[in-house]
Amino acid sequence: MSESLRDQTGPYFGEFGGRFVPESLIAALDELEATYRAAKADPTFRAELAELHKNYTGRPSIITEAKRFSEYAGGARILLKREDLNHTGSHKINNVLGQALLAKRMGKKRIIAETGAGQHGVASATAAALFGLDCVVYMGEVDTERQALNVARMRLLGAEVIPVTTGSRTLKDAINEALRDWVTNVDSTHYLLGTVAGPHPFPEMVRDFHSVIGNEAREQMIRDFGGLPTAVAACVGGGSNAIGIFHAFLDDEDVRLVGYEAAGDGMDTDRHAATLNFGKPGVLHGARSYILQDEDGQTVESHSISAGLDYPGVGPEHSWLKDLGRADYFGISDAEAMDALKLLSQTEGIIPAIETAHALAGALKLGKELGAGSTILINLSGRGDKDMETAAKYFGLIGSK
Amino acid sequence: MSKTAAALSAPGPKLIGYFPAGFPTLAESVEAAVVMCEAGVDVLEFGVPYSDPVMDGLVIQKATEEALANGFKLRQLFDAVKQVTSRVSKPVLVMTYWNPVLQYGIERFAQDLAASGAAGLITPDLIPDEAAEWLRVSDELKLDRVFLVAPTSTDERAAVAAKLSRGFVYAVSTMGITGAREDLDTLARGVVAKVRKADPEQQVAVGIGISTAEQASEVNEYSDGAIVGSVFVRAYSQGGKDALAAKVRELVAGLKK
Repeated sequence: MSESLRDQTGPYFGEFGGRFVPESLIAALDELEATYRAAKADPTFRAELAELHKNYTGRPSIITEAKRFSEYAGGARILLKREDLNHTGSHKINNVLGQALLAKRMGKKRIIAETGAGQHGVASATAAALFGLDCVVYMGEVDTERQALNVARMRLLGAEVIPVTTGSRTLKDAINEALRDWVTNVDSTHYLLGTVAGPHPFPEMVRDFHSVIGNEAREQMIRDFGGLPTAVAACVGGGSNAIGIFHAFLDDEDVRLVGYEAAGDGMDTDRHAATLNFGKPGVLHGARSYILQDEDGQTVESHSISAGLDYPGVGPEHSWLKDLGRADYFGISDAEAMDALKLLSQTEGIIPAIETAHALAGALKLGKELGAGSTILINLSGRGDKDMETAAKYFGLIGSK
Repeated sequence: MSKTAAALSAPGPKLIGYFPAGFPTLAESVEAAVVMCEAGVDVLEFGVPYSDPVMDGLVIQKATEEALANGFKLRQLFDAVKQVTSRVSKPVLVMTYWNPVLQYGIERFAQDLAASGAAGLITPDLIPDEAAEWLRVSDELKLDRVFLVAPTSTDERAAVAAKLSRGFVYAVSTMGITGAREDLDTLARGVVAKVRKADPEQQVAVGIGISTAEQASEVNEYSDGAIVGSVFVRAYSQGGKDALAAKVRELVAGLKK
């Protein structure tokens, strides 16, 4: 690999990406791209975002060594990049603050967002409150039920949460509804897309806003932990936290990059959300990428205990990295993820989000493969408070016993 | 000249009617399409049900969801179109989101489409920028290809769509998705003007939000046709093909006044 993978920009990542959207949205995407390019080159913008990261989000996020958890990972050293400690409890705030600043620059007073687990919705509602913007969050009806606590958080922050009752009533349908809103209100509204999917410039821009995770981590590894890790691991739904931590390491050929998708009931069943493992290239939500679909190109419903990974598409840059062989993507079942969630909670006193637990479960396997002396850096993308109801039910934690 | 362009450039106001293939079943959708042609639409738009129709409002979403739930498969589309085109002489265009075409194979889709007697494709989520292969294949098979122009399209983009479209250009009347609206946006006039300026010979039809004969009439004053969909689907949902035929006749009668 002589060319720098880090320098890749949209609209295309190899054969993936592009803009497969109604003509009505093209002007807004062009405006967003132009605003973003100008902002990226503007020291004032960069300073404003850096200040928010430092004094609002609490960046840089620390790296915690998970010594007791490591004992279950074949002797590999496990390090956790603590995005769960960010304000609002996940990595999502990195992108949201960047895009909210862009919305302000474009003079847009209303933001809309889709959300699965509610983490991106909460982050968007937070930024809207901070900047005095109106905020509407679309959330699949199924997800409003399994992530009820986050619905309450968004409403308390002043956002309107609209349950989406069409299709599979999950993240995919929330994105459809957000796109419909955007087509209708594009003059006044910025669509604050929460992952590295969607039409150009979203995959590139959202990646850039999250690349702070990997940039910090790479420096911290070299400075505090004896050098680059053997592998970097992250969970992948749409793929924002994974690309955020991968990006800084793309040109470090010796560092393995591993993404873990939701395998739902298992990789040997058809109830999963393992898009990069079982999907085929196609077009969904504005970009060409891997998609879970049938032979007619109809999107197939995904399944995962984790609302944030329950998505039948994936960001185009991941599709590109998979085809290049630069990153590997494996599936982790609901059961494996929940076991890892419990294990981290009881060995380290850190309760991760169910999404993140997929990366932890993956690291346990990867550690056994890489063995003693290896180091695995995991993006601990979110905290698990929002998942207490699901976890309580799953493990039977509530009641007299 | 394409058959669609010829139909739209004939004297008098024109009505383009949309109906989803497979709704509520394949056989019934064929009957509905024939009924619409017989009742007076000038061009028929036969829609392909798709799992993620981001340009469609609730009426069409529900109808296409029902079509999929009732087992609609893409390979049945061509047979359905063939049944329609063998019974009526009006041009039939297929309207489809892009992923079904991609999965079927652009070339194979186009060949089967041509064999079915369809005039061509309307592609709501395929912009000319991403359409290289479709441009080539549709030229080879002389199929119509309808691109959209929106109120937010620049003059340059409108000119590209005008140049590359065949059959007509779909002028999006308003910012939004399909579905009836009481006030038809005056933005539509601006969109049509942009296309006319780029290519005075190109046909332009206006769609999104047209629900009454009055609106369809008004649109025909400055364009080559009005595109109506949701109102027809709703009429069918409420009263079957008789109600559908009555709704088409009502709009056609209003146009010809």
